[in-house]
Amino acid sequence: MTRKQKRLSVIAGALAFLGAATALTFYALGQKASYFYMPADLQAATLEPGQRIRLGGLVENGTIVRGQGTEVAFGVTDSEETVKVRYTGLLPDLFREGQGVITEGSFGSDGVFVADSVLAKHDENYMPKEVADSLKEKGVWQESAQ
Amino acid sequence: MVEMGHFALVLALVLSLVQSLVPLYGAYKGDAKLMAVGGPVTVTGFAMIALSFAVLTLAYVQSDFSLVNVWENSHSLKPMIYKFTGTWGNHEGSMLLWVMILSFFGALVAAFGSNLPATLRANVLAVQGWIGTAFLLFILITSNPFTRLIPAPIEGKDLNPILQDIGLAVHPPLLYLGYVGFSVCFSFAVAALIEGRIDAAWARWVRPWTLAAWVFLTGGIAMGSYWAYYELGWGGFWFWDPVENASFMPWLAGTALLHSAIVMEKRSALKIWTLLLAILTFSLSLLGTFLVRSGVLTSVHAFASDPSRGVFILGILTVFIGGSLALFALRASSLTAGGIFHPISREGALVLNNLFLTTATATVLIGTLYPLVVEALFGEKISVGEPFFNLTFGPLMMPLLVLVPFGPLLAWKRGDVAAVAQRLMFAFGAALLVVLVTFLFIDGASVFAALGAGLATWLVLGALTDLALKAGIGNVAPKVALRRFLGLPRSVFGTALAHLGLGLTLLGIVGVLSFEKEAILVMKPGQVLEIASHRLRFEGLQPVRGPNFTEDQGRFSLLGPAGQPVAEIVSAKRFYPVRQMPTTEAGIKTLWLSQLYISLGDEANDGAVVVRVWWKPLVTLIWGGTLVMMAGGFVSLMDRRLRVGAPAKRKSADKKPSPVAT
Repeated sequence: MTRKQKRLSVIAGALAFLGAATALTFYALGQKASYFYMPADLQAATLEPGQRIRLGGLVENGTIVRGQGTEVAFGVTDSEETVKVRYTGLLPDLFREGQGVITEGSFGSDGVFVADSVLAKHDENYMPKEVADSLKEKGVWQESAQ
Repeated sequence: MVEMGHFALVLALVLSLVQSLVPLYGAYKGDAKLMAVGGPVTVTGFAMIALSFAVLTLAYVQSDFSLVNVWENSHSLKPMIYKFTGTWGNHEGSMLLWVMILSFFGALVAAFGSNLPATLRANVLAVQGWIGTAFLLFILITSNPFTRLIPAPIEGKDLNPILQDIGLAVHPPLLYLGYVGFSVCFSFAVAALIEGRIDAAWARWVRPWTLAAWVFLTGGIAMGSYWAYYELGWGGFWFWDPVENASFMPWLAGTALLHSAIVMEKRSALKIWTLLLAILTFSLSLLGTFLVRSGVLTSVHAFASDPSRGVFILGILTVFIGGSLALFALRASSLTAGGIFHPISREGALVLNNLFLTTATATVLIGTLYPLVVEALFGEKISVGEPFFNLTFGPLMMPLLVLVPFGPLLAWKRGDVAAVAQRLMFAFGAALLVVLVTFLFIDGASVFAALGAGLATWLVLGALTDLALKAGIGNVAPKVALRRFLGLPRSVFGTALAHLGLGLTLLGIVGVLSFEKEAILVMKPGQVLEIASHRLRFEGLQPVRGPNFTEDQGRFSLLGPAGQPVAEIVSAKRFYPVRQMPTTEAGIKTLWLSQLYISLGDEANDGAVVVRVWWKPLVTLIWGGTLVMMAGGFVSLMDRRLRVGAPAKRKSADKKPSPVAT
């Protein structure tokens, strides 16, 4: 190979590598990004069975039911709609009624949202940003609720 | 007293302005006197910021609630260590720490840069001055820690309990030393562009700064990871959280810079690329500062969000990144291009390293920014987390890790892959053995686990092979080999240690991801849980009162073979009344390289409690490996070449280094 050909083949190799990495990245973004919904958004959404989403809202008052062992069920509401959520595991320190939470998981066949992770805010100064923004949009945000 | 700190900060801003302009003009005019202004001004500026920081620290230590900042983030009952570290456990104080470290690095360049060509030194200090000016303005305009509160309240609102931990004393200072350390590389790059000249000596000056920043950043990230691991009670060591990514991107780019600077120094090739990397690395540090400090993201790091701050940092970001890249575009073509080299050589391997690392950086960048972009453009809220990074970052890293042991063994200019492969036969055989043994003899080992363990072995043994071959162990008499071994350049040890540490970290990650055991259950006092052949007995809950909190301590006994308790593990649920905030204090017992990790959940009836227990095999290697990496960087920093290799002062004073011909 001449020097020029050699250089071209190196550049072609590097470009092919970058191309493959780019393709992989965009494929992964399409497949693995999970969307955020509030309960009232769900009717408009088309979800494939088992698709992972993040569901956010407030823990509805009086809906926390503790089951066997570490099972727990609660309602997540945005004051329009409520979704029933089932979760097994340790709840975050700041999980309580009226608290903004984000749960991640997918809908089971019985229409109950099965969460495998529940996030509450890290401290008393904020609510999960997505929840706060959506509540503001819906006009049910109260500064005092902070 | 407090006003003195405030005044010193304003004075530092003025000094910083002088530092930004006078040496630059001096370098432009070739006026030695004006250029010489840079040094003293930089050092005095650092002294002023340090004074200001000391005053703020004193206000925290004395619980001076007449400062809004102290009132919002401190409490008189808080233990003294957290009063001290609480200085930077808030937005304003942490920005002041950032600027103090920036000016510290500037002062170091001024103090130790006497062997630099005068114009380069003047320009570097001026660029440091620009960054300092921008951030001092940011602090004084949007985030002033010295704002007063009249009348002063009697009691403060306390520090976020999660931050009341020794981690706060270590993680932010180390991280900032790393982040901001890259500003020196950035300033060197911009100064080279201003002068339109870059040579191998430039790389020799930049490399120690890159190494130092890299060592600190490695430590800062690792410490942050360990802190999150034990403090948040979730038992995870890395969450691909945007804030973590913000610190990981400069690390990846900095690692690439570290390697490309070697090529530039040894072979005076890759000059323009190295320059670009230096700019990009600090740009990513700035981006990280923006992501964390602007409140765009919510996390434990977002102390308070104030839109004006975000816009201000975004402005700084645009000016510095845009400006430096525009300067690069204008000037890069005037720089002498580097030499051409054979693809199969040490240089070639280092280029490959750069290709992988920068692509990986880009992947992390896309994954981190994509949700922000989508929300800004379409208003849709999405999150990009672990699944995305596993699918993209993982496949990019695997081939790079496989190639790592080849690099140091390849010769410069023209290497011989077959010969190197032959030398690595032992490491390869051992790695293969580990794969087979893991897969066949360890219960529940997946193919991934086996290959991961093999890859880690390959990295560790590859690094040791490099040292053994260079010392000639096996080829020459043991005595000669020992002498040669001790006489190896420190940078060779540095490389081997860093690569070995990488292998250890990988082994820890594979251990936890593949062989972790987890149990969630309700435990009554006296109940025994068996996990990964360890037996734990729950002894009961006990209320305890701390200095500024109350807690319920769950006591567990680790039982020996005969059922006798051999160790006690205490896990607690804490409540901080001032902030009305509960926290989980995990109980952790280290057993050799592995750990038992216990987290408490809610209390059930009659003294029973929800308990989450993990067995984390080899987990300590994750952070142990990073310590070895840091040691590698540190040893490399001690290399003779970097200490005495730079041209002596006398020579550079009368003769500027000429660009190296290619």
